Amino acid sequence: SVAMELPPSHFSAARAAAVAVGYLRYLRGGPGRGLELRELRRARRQDIDDVGHKYYLELELEDVLDKDRTVNCTAEVLYHLGSKTSAPDVQVTVQGELRSTEEAEQEFYNRIRSLEKELVAENIPDSHGNVPPELEPIHLLAWVASGYLIWQNSTENTTFHLAQVKHVKQVKRSDEDLQFDYVLLLHDMVSQEVLPWEVTLLWHPQRGARVSQS
Amino acid sequence: HQVLRIKTKNEEEIKQLQLLESLEHLELDFWINPSAPALPVDVRIPAASVQSVKAFLESQGIEYSILIEDLQDVLDKEKQDMAESAQRQRSSSFDFGAYHTLDDINEELDHLASEYSFVEKIQIGESYEKRPLYVLKFSTGGSNRPAIWLDAGIHSREWVTQASALWIANKIASDYGTDDSITSLLDKMDLFLLPVANPDGFVYTHTSNRMWRKTRSKIAGSVCVGVDPNRNWDAGFGGPGASSRPCSDSYHGPSANSEVEVKSVVDFIKNHGNFKAFLTLHSYSQLLMYPYGYKCTRPDDYAELESLGRAAASSIRSLYGTTFQVGTICKTIYQASGGSIDWSYDNGIKYSFAFELRDTGRYGFLLPANQIIPAAKETWLGLKRIMEHVRDKSA
Repeated sequence: SVAMELPPSHFSAARAAAVAVGYLRYLRGGPGRGLELRELRRARRQDIDDVGHKYYLELELEDVLDKDRTVNCTAEVLYHLGSKTSAPDVQVTVQGELRSTEEAEQEFYNRIRSLEKELVAENIPDSHGNVPPELEPIHLLAWVASGYLIWQNSTENTTFHLAQVKHVKQVKRSDEDLQFDYVLLLHDMVSQEVLPWEVTLLWHPQRGARVSQS
Repeated sequence: HQVLRIKTKNEEEIKQLQLLESLEHLELDFWINPSAPALPVDVRIPAASVQSVKAFLESQGIEYSILIEDLQDVLDKEKQDMAESAQRQRSSSFDFGAYHTLDDINEELDHLASEYSFVEKIQIGESYEKRPLYVLKFSTGGSNRPAIWLDAGIHSREWVTQASALWIANKIASDYGTDDSITSLLDKMDLFLLPVANPDGFVYTHTSNRMWRKTRSKIAGSVCVGVDPNRNWDAGFGGPGASSRPCSDSYHGPSANSEVEVKSVVDFIKNHGNFKAFLTLHSYSQLLMYPYGYKCTRPDDYAELESLGRAAASSIRSLYGTTFQVGTICKTIYQASGGSIDWSYDNGIKYSFAFELRDTGRYGFLLPANQIIPAAKETWLGLKRIMEHVRDKSA
C-alpha cells in the first residue's frame, strides 16, 4: 500500500503530530527546554495490511524558551491495528541542534537539591494562566511527563494536551535523581474530557528524564 | 527595617525586653509592648540596630521570629497597589486585559449601554440557574435590519472567548463614527453580541472547577450534571460525535434544545427572522470553521465559505502572524453533531462560522491574561472581514 498525502489541516495529521511531539518532549525535554509544534509542514498516511496505520510527518518545532529559532524534524507514527493497549511506535529524527540548556538545568538541579523542605505546588498555570517564574522548570518537567503519557495512551481517536499541573510533590531520594510525583490534567480534544493522571518523573541533568514504573 | 515577633517564656525575659525598651539609642518601636509572658511582643527595629538586638536576644535565649523581613518593601508595594487602584477608579475603565467575574462583566455591559446611544442591553432569557442571558444590541436605526449574531463562552472554560467578546464590544462601540468599516457596517446592519452564552458554567469555573465545559442542568436519573451546549442544537442531534452518557463532557442532552441556554438563542433568532450571519467563539486550537460538523459532506455554499474563511484567516495572520486552519468542522476537528453553526446554516443563515481562538495547546484553556487583547485584536480582524462581506451581500 502506498502512502497518501494528507492536508496538514486534517485532524488525523494533527493527532499524529501531537503523538510525535509528546514522544519528543519525553526524550529531549527538560526543566530548561519545552518543545512546541510551530507548524506541521507535511503529512502522509499509509495503511499497512494486518499491521496498522502509519503516518509520515515533517514538523517544525520551537523551544518555548527560545522562540526565535526553530528546528525541523521528521517523524513516523505507527498506530497498531485494533490495539487499544499498545502504544503507537514513534521514531523521530531532529535535524540540527537544539539550544543547549546545560547551565540552566544544572542550576535548577542544585537549587532543588538544596531545598530544606520538599517542593510542593499546585495549579500550574493558575486559572488566569500565570506561572511563577521559579515554577517554570517544574512546569516544563510536567510537559516531559505528559509527553510520556500522551505517547503511551494515544490512539487515532484521541488528541491529548496537558491542560494543567493539578499537583506536584517532590520526593527526596537517596540517589542523585530528582523525583517529582505529579497529578496532571490531560485534555482530550476528541472526547473533550479533562482527566487527572498520576505520574512519577525522575530527572537528572546528565541522565535526563524517565517515568518511574513503580 | 525588620519587624520581629518575640515569644517570652517568663517574667525574667519580660524584664530583659523592658530593659531593651529603655535604651533610646536603639530607636526601637514596639508595636506590642512587653507585658505578660503569654502575649507576643512585636517590635520594629531600624536597620542599624537589627544585628545587635538579635545578638542580645540570642545571648539571653529569648525566642523570636521575623514577622516582616523588609518593611520598606511592604510599604512600597502597598503604595503601588493603592496608586493603581486609585488610577483604575479615576478613569473608571474596565481592564480588558484581565479575566473578570460574571458580575464584573455584567457591570461593563451596563456601562457600554449607558455610554453609547446605539448600544442596548437586552435579556433574551434565563439560564438553568436563573441567571439572565444578556445580549448587547448594536443598532443605529431602521426597523429589524439584517443582522449579525456573535456569541462567546458557550463552553464556560474557554475564558479567552468571553474576555475577547468584551474587548470586541468596546471596540465596535468606540470606533463607530470614526472607523469607516464599522460605521458603514452599523449604518446598514444590526449586531447582536452574547458575551456569556453559558453563565452558570462560567460561574462554576470561578467557584469550583476551572475546567467545567457544560451547562449546570440536573439530568434525570443521573448523578452527573450538565449538557454540552454545543451538541444540543437541532442539527443531526444525537448523531456521531456526541455522547449519550450524562457524565460525558460531550453529552448531547435528553433532546434537542433541552438546554434553556440554547433554546433562548434559537427562539430569539427565529423570532427576529432577519439574521444573515451566525458567528461563535470557542477556544483553543486556532481554527476557523464552517459547516458541517454533523455530516462530512460539503455545504452547498462550500466555495464561498471556504474562500471567505481563508480571507478571514489571512486578516487574522496579518497582525501577529497567528495562523488559523480553515475548513469544515468535520474535516478540521472531528465529526460532531448538534452544533450551533450547523443549525444556523440549515435554518437559512448562510454565513455561519465557528472560531477556535488561541492557543494550540501550550496553555490551552489557561491562556495567560496578557494574551487576551492580542487574541481579541486578531480575532476581530477575522470577524470584521466576514462582516464586511456579509454587509456587501446583504444590504
